[in-house]
Amino acid sequence: MTGTIVEFDRVGLRYGTGAEVLRDLDFRLNQGAFYFLTGPSGAGKTSLLKLLYLAQRPTRGRMTLFGEELSHAPREAMPSFRRRIGVVFQDFRLIRHLSAFDNVALPLRISGHADQDIEGPVREMLAWVGLADRASARPPTLSGGEQQRVAIARAVIARPELVIADEPTGNVDAAMAERILHLLTAMNGLGTTVIVATHDVGLIAATPGAQLIRLEKGALVDPTGALRHPPRTPPRAEGPLQ
Amino acid sequence: MNPLFVTDAERRLIPPSGVRGPVPVLIAIMTFVMVVVGAAGLALANTSAVVKSGVEHRYSIQISDGAAKAPAAVAAARAQPGISRVAQVPPEELRRTLERWLGPAGQEADLPLPAIVDVDLKPGSDPAAIGRSIERAVPGARFIAHRTSLEPLLKALRGLTLLAVGLVLLIALASAAAVVLAARGALDTHRGTIEVMHGIGATDEQVARLFVRQIAIDALLGGIAGAAAAGIIIALILGGANTATMLAGTPPIGWNDVLWLVLLPIAIALLATQVGRGALMRALRERL
Repeated sequence: MTGTIVEFDRVGLRYGTGAEVLRDLDFRLNQGAFYFLTGPSGAGKTSLLKLLYLAQRPTRGRMTLFGEELSHAPREAMPSFRRRIGVVFQDFRLIRHLSAFDNVALPLRISGHADQDIEGPVREMLAWVGLADRASARPPTLSGGEQQRVAIARAVIARPELVIADEPTGNVDAAMAERILHLLTAMNGLGTTVIVATHDVGLIAATPGAQLIRLEKGALVDPTGALRHPPRTPPRAEGPLQ
Repeated sequence: MNPLFVTDAERRLIPPSGVRGPVPVLIAIMTFVMVVVGAAGLALANTSAVVKSGVEHRYSIQISDGAAKAPAAVAAARAQPGISRVAQVPPEELRRTLERWLGPAGQEADLPLPAIVDVDLKPGSDPAAIGRSIERAVPGARFIAHRTSLEPLLKALRGLTLLAVGLVLLIALASAAAVVLAARGALDTHRGTIEVMHGIGATDEQVARLFVRQIAIDALLGGIAGAAAAGIIIALILGGANTATMLAGTPPIGWNDVLWLVLLPIAIALLATQVGRGALMRALRERL
């Protein structure tokens, strides 16, 4: 049985007094699934991601994450939910004066892990993203691809239930894009729900089993209703008729 | 966890230069002014207390129609159990006093002189009852408290002391305002780091801790520097000027007062830390 990790119920978002950038978003995302968020520039992808990683509140509608309705949750409640989400920003948002090691260790430190419990997992994570020998390097001395991998390592180090990546392959070559996709699918294989915003059709094609969330002009394109009413169990090719 | 204790990793998140800026210098100047003004206020309060205690129990019996009644006044005063000392002011001293106002005419023999008898009351005695008794025994005599004539001076000293207290509070307020501005400036400087931390799930308390310790250190360093400079100036002034000591009969600043002055920079550091923390938390709450 697959649970719902994200549920949007007629969610709308506007910045200040401007027009709505997202309107009437109605969908559910399953735990442990892999999603691509697509759409033309200006469709509202980044705004939707901001709602998902709790950097914005919807201006209307109900948004439920991890089974909790968070549209009107008190501000003090947010940190505990944010710790369950890993985010890979398009511009990486690494802390420039910290080493790669300290950047990756940050989520563990914020969660209150002791130093002796941080060293091993961070070294292991840096090795996993191929940066074991760059642990003490600071972001300005790393290439774009290396920074991207540090950002991914930071996003997944605390084993979040939901990983959100905004154009994670936007600044890297094809080989690095493939490697990053491999890291994300590996995380998904461990049970993490992954949402990747991308324009990269090749990336989508290279990920069988991933589902698409398409936005156009701030609205969800879901002609079949698959996102509004996703199957509660994964399909089985040779199972009995339901 | 104590907000003043941060780990090495937390310290690396916000480099010290990012918060420091002009805060220690500002705090040093504020503390310098505060300690000097505080010392002046304490000196005024002490001088006022010395003057007040010197005249508190001192009264005069004044008989305006001549010296003939002086012995009777002295006798009446000595008969009062509440009086500890009786001394008639010698006529020559009265003439010398008058000479300052009247010139050589003050020494003329036919100038009528009042008789004045100084008396000191024992603590706890009733000046009104003693005065009534003497005025009954010596018709025409007036029983006058010295304090009455010094009241304008004492009032001025009290006013100046209050002014010093007000100035100390005002400077503390200005220091607090400087710390608030510095704290907000530090948040703006490190906006990127803070956004990343919040995004990862850091609480406001965790973010504020990174800055509070630096604010406390800056305020304490500035406070100590300012207080040390003020201490040197005060020591130089007190060492070179014995006039105040001569006027008051005692040093204008005692060791108890020095203790208060030493506490001022510590109080400033505590105030800065608390105000800084409050400003940080308020500023952080403005974000989601």
